[in-house]
Amino acid sequence: MRRSVFTAVLGVTTLLGIVALVASPRYSAAAQQKSEATEVKIDNFSFGPAALTVPVGTTVTWTNRDDIPHTVVSTDGAFKSKVLDTDDKFSFTFSKAGTYPYFCSIHPKMTAKVIVQ
Amino acid sequence: MVGKMKDELLHDHNHDGIDRRGFLKCMAWAGTGAFCVIRGGVLSSYSLSRMREMSPKEMAGELSFVQISDSHMGFNKPANPDVAGTLKAAVEKINGLAAAPEFILHTGDISHLSKPEEFDTVDQILKDARPKDVFYVPGEHDVLNDDGKQFLERYGKGSKGAGWYSFDKKGVHFVGLVNVLNLKAGGLGTLGSEQLKWLEDDVKHLKHSTPIVVFAHIPLWSVYPEWGWGTEDSAQALSYLKKFGSVTVLNGHIHQTMQKVEGNVTFHTAASTAFPQPQPGKADSPGPMKVPAEQLKSVLGITDVNSVQGPHALAVVDSTLA
Repeated sequence: MRRSVFTAVLGVTTLLGIVALVASPRYSAAAQQKSEATEVKIDNFSFGPAALTVPVGTTVTWTNRDDIPHTVVSTDGAFKSKVLDTDDKFSFTFSKAGTYPYFCSIHPKMTAKVIVQ
Repeated sequence: MVGKMKDELLHDHNHDGIDRRGFLKCMAWAGTGAFCVIRGGVLSSYSLSRMREMSPKEMAGELSFVQISDSHMGFNKPANPDVAGTLKAAVEKINGLAAAPEFILHTGDISHLSKPEEFDTVDQILKDARPKDVFYVPGEHDVLNDDGKQFLERYGKGSKGAGWYSFDKKGVHFVGLVNVLNLKAGGLGTLGSEQLKWLEDDVKHLKHSTPIVVFAHIPLWSVYPEWGWGTEDSAQALSYLKKFGSVTVLNGHIHQTMQKVEGNVTFHTAASTAFPQPQPGKADSPGPMKVPAEQLKSVLGITDVNSVQGPHALAVVDSTLA
């Protein structure tokens, strides 16, 4: 008797778990992330996300959240920000598909890329 | 400009309860530093607090100068809300030396954002220093937005290329190099082929016994490449200096004191007069390190360098602002 109650509880819990997973908002957000994330944050001397995928026509905005100034400079010259002090922003609209590697020209170890599809 | 600066410093614009007077006061009682002198190639080190007990004769060498670095004028974040105050404290320290150093070397990051008023403020503060000659090399913060044009206009008189130059003082050959321009993605500091060629020619005709002092902003040795603390083509530059008996390399950039000896070369980095940075790899990033106000002065510094003519290495010892 005790054993069958336990099994039943376990069964219901598992079922709920599956339902929750399928309906999880986290799950559906992940699927949409590709087209919606147009923000790049500069924190702790790094660009986040380091690789951002966006559709053609997207405007990407970088925000410097460090105490130290940074820049956003395309390796092949497609875009180049002025120096960004703390909380300064820089935006660029990607009108052509391709991969755009970029870096901070003050701290060149900081590298990242935008993939435009 | 001067009047405005004074006004700013006397008021608590950061609303953090620290005005200039209070800030200097809380730095005043902090610890001590050291002064170094070589006589006949033997290094003697003295606590800065003992400087008053020492006669100018005791401190004397053939040549002495002071290195300061990374003033970051314009920086106003919690790591140091008064970078003008700490630079002034450095000047007071320099002026307090019983024997006035010959000149000052500033190894870059004079300004924080390359703003004209930031350079103006530093110029104004350094006018109060007893040594009247100040030699500069740019840091990456001094060449923002214009590839160093403004820096050249202000400090590059008589220099070559992007601002490199050399000069002789009492038999010591000084070389100021620029390694903060044309940085490549993923790379380190760069000197570039034009500057390297110039350096090779510059030292070619010097006697092997000539003491050489090279100064540049980013370290010319591999301190911590993961944080960009090194220079791509520094090995090439150092190869031209192999024939010399005594080579000292002075750098800034990493806001902390480090020393290394490699053959005939002594490498040395100076502390910042503005804010400290973490030890290599000891933090997520090389951003400003926040320390309690009463400790700040002990991690900021000036460097006294004392040199004696001859085949001996220069002695370099950092003294903190405390």
